[in-house]
Amino acid sequence: MAEGVKPRVKAPKKASAGEAVTIKTLISHQMESGQRKNKDGSIIPRSIINRFTCEFNGKSVIEVVMEAAISTNPYFEFEAVIPEAGDMVFTWYDDDGSVYTETKSVAIS
Amino acid sequence: MEFSRRDTLALGLGAAALTVLPIRALAAADDAIAAFTGGADVAEGGVTLTAPEIAENGNTVPISVEAEGAAEIMVLAMGNPTPGVATFKFGELAGAHSASTRIRLAGTQDVVAIAKMADGSFAKASSTVKVTIGGCGG
Repeated sequence: MAEGVKPRVKAPKKASAGEAVTIKTLISHQMESGQRKNKDGSIIPRSIINRFTCEFNGKSVIEVVMEAAISTNPYFEFEAVIPEAGDMVFTWYDDDGSVYTETKSVAIS
Repeated sequence: MEFSRRDTLALGLGAAALTVLPIRALAAADDAIAAFTGGADVAEGGVTLTAPEIAENGNTVPISVEAEGAAEIMVLAMGNPTPGVATFKFGELAGAHSASTRIRLAGTQDVVAIAKMADGSFAKASSTVKVTIGGCGG
């Protein structure tokens, strides 16, 4: 079980309708690649976040399928179009079945 | 640090294994590309892959991909033990079809981005990254 997993999202609180805004996300996670060995020489099993999704009012913005080659504390930056006021939901799916979510509200200015 | 006979032998074996690895990884990368494109032709250009020329630390190499009108972009690290890096799938509310992230690279190698366009065609771009310290642990 990954411990101390903390999602962080930087999204604007306000946007004009139809504007494309930049979203930055970071989640603290070990992202154990399954390549490293411990002191006894046995392989540390893979434990990564394998999927990330971002949705706005139920409509998909981006989905990322991750492999072991994504760095520790996966970081993503992308753009989203804000058609109306609503909630942006970010979801991370862990190898161990855990799901981490974060929600940001965006208002129309 | 002192090397015993046993350590030296193990090192030699490890080095031998390392030289064999890239060939296996390359085959895996070709398989991954074939699975993604379904064997279709991949044109050069149409995708922008931004990666540093030299990365001092292979544990965290910043890259970004952009392809106008792409539905999906797959990123591969051709020289990693497992070549897959990530696949970005853009939804209906995606702004510019671009994304940035940080990846691990085992050593100096080519990073490849393949975009699946909305019309079903494929485009690719690649970039060589020199890695000073590899990012896969020993």
